[in-house]
Amino acid sequence: MKFLCVECDRQMLFEERRLPGDGTLAAAFRCPRCGRVVAMLANPMETQLVASLGVKIGGATLEPQPLETVRTMVTTGRGDVFDERNEEQGKGKGAVPAWSPEAQERLARVPGFVRGMVKKIYADYAKDRGIAEITPAVMDTARSELGLEGM
Amino acid sequence: MPLNIRTYHELTEPDRSGLAQQIAAQRRRVAGRLAAVGQVVAVMSGKGGVGKSFVTAGMARALARAGRSTGVLDADFNGPTAARLLDAPRARLRVDGDAVLPATVADGVRLISMDQLLEDGRPLGFRGPDAESHVWRGSLEAAALREFLADVAWGALDTLLVDLPPGVQRFQELAELLPAAPAVLTVTIPTPESRDAVRRAMRFALERGSRLAGVVENMVGGAFSGSAGDELAAEFGIAVLARIPWHPTPDTWRELALRV
Repeated sequence: MKFLCVECDRQMLFEERRLPGDGTLAAAFRCPRCGRVVAMLANPMETQLVASLGVKIGGATLEPQPLETVRTMVTTGRGDVFDERNEEQGKGKGAVPAWSPEAQERLARVPGFVRGMVKKIYADYAKDRGIAEITPAVMDTARSELGLEGM
Repeated sequence: MPLNIRTYHELTEPDRSGLAQQIAAQRRRVAGRLAAVGQVVAVMSGKGGVGKSFVTAGMARALARAGRSTGVLDADFNGPTAARLLDAPRARLRVDGDAVLPATVADGVRLISMDQLLEDGRPLGFRGPDAESHVWRGSLEAAALREFLADVAWGALDTLLVDLPPGVQRFQELAELLPAAPAVLTVTIPTPESRDAVRRAMRFALERGSRLAGVVENMVGGAFSGSAGDELAAEFGIAVLARIPWHPTPDTWRELALRV
């Protein structure tokens, strides 16, 4: 899907992606000539269809996680099936970030089937940026920056 | 004054989303993961209930016992049975880097099955809007197949058997994901009804560039009468690799493994 600014006869460029709620996926595009911005709004079914393809509008923000689509989309998975104790501290050489009690509480609400993967993604994010402690605010920022639907 | 609307392909500005590149990267990931796999064999039938999973499991164990490293990908996500047929323990699956390690089950066969991932007795359920779920559910199952291929550390295998559900949809998804169309081993029971359904599936596979590796006739010598195996083999110019009786012995499977 591409957007054309008909007045300028220029292809509009991707600007920003948002999840305003209600299952809506919003992608904003800007004309590089006149600056006009339009937003494409996908309904929940269309949003789901995009997610099912395993692609990200606006570009991939993360390295592929093993069984990422299965783990983020399946609702009847065994909570204890994945053993990823060695992965959850994140990759890279930086210090392993700590988890604040509030962040731990929030993480505990993530279904067990996907929790280890989510924990690793936040730990990677914190390590990459030299963040010593993961708090709910850090999680919110990461979620927004990385486009982590449902995490 | 009519609007000047150009075609999709006439718009060539760099696209930050790069959706086509993301899809291409997915395909490269599948190809990379399977680079050390000698052959992918789809175990297929146009008909349900003919024993595809039973044949897959027996053949996989026989291949492994014959010294050929073998994996089984259970692609029947809504009725997975390979784990039970291969005596897979209800163990955790280790995540190592960018992959999940397959379970090592009977006779050293490597296995991934949705049965290992789901809560006991629960159907495969997906997060998403209830309305029009038929539109996206198939895509999610295709994504699961892609991830079972690309995100499982299969390692070096002589043969990866893909146990398909009845019908042709999952085969089509598999053929589109792999760098080359898989070989197809077809399972039928002796009846003319099975023959007719399986024939359609075999034609479908041929039209998509697959090599037909042979026919296995299952449930022979019991209540089912007919000669579907011989008829399909003659029609497609391939061999009947095995006739599996109701109570096969290890020798039955060994002879099949020798011919695959």
